[in-house]
Amino acid sequence: MSFPWAKQYEPKAPLMRWIDEKLPLPRLAYNAIGAGYPVPRNLNYFWNFGVLAGAALLIQIVTGVTLAMNYAANGGVAFGSVERIMRDVNAGWFLRYAHANGASMFLLVVYVHIARGLYYGSYKAPREMVWLLGVVIFLLMMATAFMGYVLPWGQMSFWGAQVITGFFSAIPGVGETVRIWLLGGYAPDNSALNRFFSLHYLLPFVTAGVVILKIWALHIPGSNNPTGLDVKGPQDTVPFHPYYTAKDAVGLGVFLLVFAALIFFAPNLLGHPDNYIEANPLSTPAHIVPEWYFLPFYAILKSFTADFILPAKLWGVLAMFGSILLLFFLPWLDNSPVRSANYRPTYRAFLWVLLADVLLLGYVGGAEANARNVILGQIASAYYFAHFLIILPLISASERPRPMPNSITEAVLEKHAGTSPTKTAMA
Amino acid sequence: MVRAISYLIGLAFVGVLVIALAGTAYTAVTDPAPETAEAEFHRHPEDIGLRSSGLFGKFDDRQVQRGFQVYKEVCAACHSLKYVSFRDLQQIGYSEPEVKAIANQWVTEQPSINPETGEASTRKNIPSDRFPSPFPNEIAARAANNNALPPDLSLMVKARHDGANYIHALLTGYQAQPAELLRKFPDVKTPNGLHYNPYFANLNIAMPPPLTSTGQVTYSDGTQPTVDQMSRDVAAFLTWTAEPKLEARHAAGLASLAFLAIFCFLAWGAYQNVWRDVEH
Repeated sequence: MSFPWAKQYEPKAPLMRWIDEKLPLPRLAYNAIGAGYPVPRNLNYFWNFGVLAGAALLIQIVTGVTLAMNYAANGGVAFGSVERIMRDVNAGWFLRYAHANGASMFLLVVYVHIARGLYYGSYKAPREMVWLLGVVIFLLMMATAFMGYVLPWGQMSFWGAQVITGFFSAIPGVGETVRIWLLGGYAPDNSALNRFFSLHYLLPFVTAGVVILKIWALHIPGSNNPTGLDVKGPQDTVPFHPYYTAKDAVGLGVFLLVFAALIFFAPNLLGHPDNYIEANPLSTPAHIVPEWYFLPFYAILKSFTADFILPAKLWGVLAMFGSILLLFFLPWLDNSPVRSANYRPTYRAFLWVLLADVLLLGYVGGAEANARNVILGQIASAYYFAHFLIILPLISASERPRPMPNSITEAVLEKHAGTSPTKTAMA
Repeated sequence: MVRAISYLIGLAFVGVLVIALAGTAYTAVTDPAPETAEAEFHRHPEDIGLRSSGLFGKFDDRQVQRGFQVYKEVCAACHSLKYVSFRDLQQIGYSEPEVKAIANQWVTEQPSINPETGEASTRKNIPSDRFPSPFPNEIAARAANNNALPPDLSLMVKARHDGANYIHALLTGYQAQPAELLRKFPDVKTPNGLHYNPYFANLNIAMPPPLTSTGQVTYSDGTQPTVDQMSRDVAAFLTWTAEPKLEARHAAGLASLAFLAIFCFLAWGAYQNVWRDVEH
C-alpha cells in the first residue's frame, strides 16, 4: 500500500513492540493517518474537508447516541420527549442543537468535498472506487438525515415523511403496496416512526464502515492533489503526520467556530418553524419543504410537470434519484486523462455554470411554486442533466488541455518562483 | 457504449423538461395565477427589539414577569402552556414561596383522582405541575371557541417565522378590513366570527382581539399597561417559554467562541511552524 518511501512503523517501547506483534493496530493507524502515509505536498485547504466530514460523522454519532438515551420513539410522546430534552435534561438543549445543526454541517462539508472532487478530478482513474464509495456514503447520509428529521415528530417531520415515502407510490403497479409496506401503515404513524428510529441508529455505523473502506481504497493510489498529477517521487510528498494533521487542525478549528456560532446563536436558523408544532395528520402545512440540503433535488422533482409517456410524478421521482445515481457513472462519462480543472479551461467554465445551477436549484426548491420559479427550476434541471450526461462526455473528448507542469514539485517551485520576481519588482 | 446510453438518457430528461417548460409557460400566459388578497395585504411584523435577542441577549426578568401576568390574566383563559412547569418560574425571578403561591392560586386545577373513591376529580397545583390546560380536551376547547382550537403557547415563538415580533404584531394588528381590499377582492369579506388581522397568514383569525384597552391588567411595577406594552411583554414571556435555556446558551456560546478562537490561533501557529521548511 502507498509509496515505497513511506516511513515504517518502528515501535520503541517494549509494550508497543508487544502490541505490534499481537495486534498491529498502532501500525495500521500509523500507516493510515500517521507519518506512514505520504501525501502530496501541494494540497490546498479544500483537502481539509474529508477529515472534517469524518469529524462531523463522529460528532453526530456521539450526540446522537446520547440523545437516544432520552428520546422516546413513540408517536404519542416523541414530540414531548424532545421538549423534555430541551428543558429538563442536563445540557439536553446543547446535545439536540448540536445534533440538528451537526447534520447541516455534515452535509455542508460533504457538498464542498464533492465539489472539490469534481474540480480536481478526484473521481478519475485510479480513484474510481474512492469516488463510488463516496457516493454510497452520500446516499446513506441522505437516508439518515431524512429519517432523523422525522424523529422529533413535528409537522414537517410528519409531512416530510408523507411526501418522501409517497415517491414510492409512483412506481407503476406495485407503488402503493410498496409505500404501505415501507411505512407499516397507510400513513406515517407509530410503526413508521419506530422503524425510522431503528434505521437512523443503524445507518451511521454502516456509514462509518463504508468510510473505513473508502480510506482503505484511497490509500492504494494515495491522495489526489490540485495539479492532478501523479506522485513521481519522495520529493513530491510529505508525511501525513505532522504536516497534514497540523493543517487539518486549523481546518477543524474554523469548522468548529462556524458550528458553534450556529449552535449557540442561531440554532433554529436552518430549521423550519412548523417543526415546533406537533405532528397533526389532519392539518397540512401551507408549504412542505425539506431541509436545505435536499432543496436542489426537491426542485428537480418539482420540475417535471408534464405527463409524457410516463406520468409526471414518475418522471420527477426517476429524475430525482437519477440526479444522484448518475454520479456513479461519472468516472466513465468524463474520460479526459487530465484530472485537475486548472488545466481544463472548457470543463472549468462548465463546472462554474454547474455550481451556479445547483445553487439556483436550491433556491427554487425552497421558493414558492409560481410560474417564474417553476420555469427557472425546469431550465436549471435541464442543465443539470445536460451537464453530466451530454456536455461532459462531449468536452472530455474534444477539449484541449493547457500545458501542465512535469511534476508536483515543479508546480510548487514554479508557483513560488513565479510570484517572487513580481514581489521583488514591487519592493 | 456508456456514452451512447448517457446521451440518450440525457436527451430524454432534457426533452421531457422542455415539454414541461412549454406547458408551464403556456399555462402562465393563458391562465395566469390569480392575485390573492393574502399575497397583497399580508404584512410582516416589525422588530420589537427584545433584550433577549443578540449575542449578549439576556431575559429582562421584570418584562418577562409582566408578560407572565398578561398570560395569567388574559391568555390562560383559553391557551394552555403544557411544556412549562410552575417551578420553572423561579428562572425568571420568582422566589420559591411565590411560585408555591402562584401554583396554589391558579384558577384551573390539575386533573386528578379522588384518593378515596377513585373518581375523576381535581386538586390544587403544586410547583412541579405543568401549567394545566384551561379545557379538559380538544372537543371542549373547540365547543367553547366557535369550533376553533386555541393552540398551546409553550413553543409559539419558535413555531412561527419571526416569532416574538409576530406575536406582538398579531396582538396589536387587529383592525377593520381595509376598504381597498374589499374593492379589489369583493369575495373575501371576513366571515362572521373571524377577525381581520393583516399579520395572520390568511388575514382572518378566529381569536377575538385579546388585548383591547390600556389598563386591562394592572402592573405592580408601575409600567403603563398599554396594548402595545402588554403585547411586548407577553412576547417576551413566550420567548422565555419557548427557549428557557437561552441565557445559558448565549453564555456557553461566548465561552466556546473565545476558546475556539484561541485554538484556531494556536493551530495556525503550529501549522506555520511545522511547514516552515517545506514549500507548498
